[in-house]
Amino acid sequence: MTIKPVFLLLLSAALAGAAQPPAPAAAPVVHISNFRFGPQTLTVPAGTTITWINDDDEPHNVTASDRSYRSPIMDSGARFSRTYPAPGEYAYFCALHPHMTGRILVVRR
Amino acid sequence: MAIQDKVDRRGALKCMAWAGAGLVWTMGGDGPAGTLLSAAQGARPAHGAAGLSFVQISDSHIGFDRAANLDPAATLRAAIAQIRAMPAPPAFVLHTGDITHLSRDAEFDAAQAILQELGVPVHFVPGEHDVQDEGTGAAYLRRFGAGTRGAGWYSFDAGGAHFVGLVNVVDLRAGGLGHLGDAQLAWLRADLAGRPASMPIVVFAHMPLWSLYPEWGWGTDDSAAALALLARFGSVTVLNGHIHQIMQKTEGHVAFHTARSTAFPQPAPGTAAGPGPLGVPAERLRSMLGLTSVRLEAHRAPLAITDTILA
Repeated sequence: MTIKPVFLLLLSAALAGAAQPPAPAAAPVVHISNFRFGPQTLTVPAGTTITWINDDDEPHNVTASDRSYRSPIMDSGARFSRTYPAPGEYAYFCALHPHMTGRILVVRR
Repeated sequence: MAIQDKVDRRGALKCMAWAGAGLVWTMGGDGPAGTLLSAAQGARPAHGAAGLSFVQISDSHIGFDRAANLDPAATLRAAIAQIRAMPAPPAFVLHTGDITHLSRDAEFDAAQAILQELGVPVHFVPGEHDVQDEGTGAAYLRRFGAGTRGAGWYSFDAGGAHFVGLVNVVDLRAGGLGHLGDAQLAWLRADLAGRPASMPIVVFAHMPLWSLYPEWGWGTDDSAAALALLARFGSVTVLNGHIHQIMQKTEGHVAFHTARSTAFPQPAPGTAAGPGPLGVPAERLRSMLGLTSVRLEAHRAPLAITDTILA
């Protein structure tokens, strides 16, 4: 079975993670496509950097629902990254198209 | 009323299907009536020389450079050429927002340089694409904010009518639609107070002031409060942009109308995965772009609205 080695790898990564920052290759991405954030809810461990990529022919942005931060306007193909150091629920939306909403759930690592 | 709504929709559909045609929209006490015009008739005012005529353009998106239109500056120039070729020049032009695509200074500069070719005054309201600079609208207000309040709302009188430019693209809320806000609504109440109910009112704003298709954000979440303030007036015309296509309806004495873009079309509500730019063959593009002419007759309630395409 191939599952076992994968589990072992994950387990060792998790154990290593207690002492070291996570590998950058695992950086999660939210794609903006057809006026939707995908995935709409993303769960990550504290300290993760998330990157949004605009795949639409229309500009968008990433604005905290509590307005504590706001990305610059993101033209087609543009990226925006932000690190979430503390556990919690972070709701955001697109300030150009406010019906577009998303959520980052940051959990204790 | 349901019957009137049916007429509106049928008229609008015919208008969109018949390339080269315009729709004259007449609004009066007996309810609306739509009449199809030939392209030649649509290009000039339907009535005599008296009264006021003005033109609405919208969504020029200067700075956009994707397949749906690689050169929106050229199509804006085509709209301006069409306005300049009118037998009687309009008193002014209303631009209902999304002047630029990304709120950049170079885009505003280019748009202003092109619009100067009109030779008549232009009254602006911002679209959401115009307020995405670092100062969330500061760049727009530096250029167009003189004589306005708040995020750029204002009013003026012309031809016996009262014109109100509203801003519904700033301070938007997560999960919401366009938004006017309490400060602007309080200003509107004061602005309308004391005006006779017989005075025609023309309201212009970027996003539709009616719930056109909330699934795509096409509406304004506190527009009902504004419409309540307008309810006592006998003739109210609401001109919007944002959706890059003609939609219209009437509710009581209020006629709602959205204008085509001068840059690129967008899909009809619900016909695509999202409301992004609609790519069409290059030879069809200008038949899906256009401008809106409005004529107001002195001492007569109806306003005639005529849409023409750029082709």
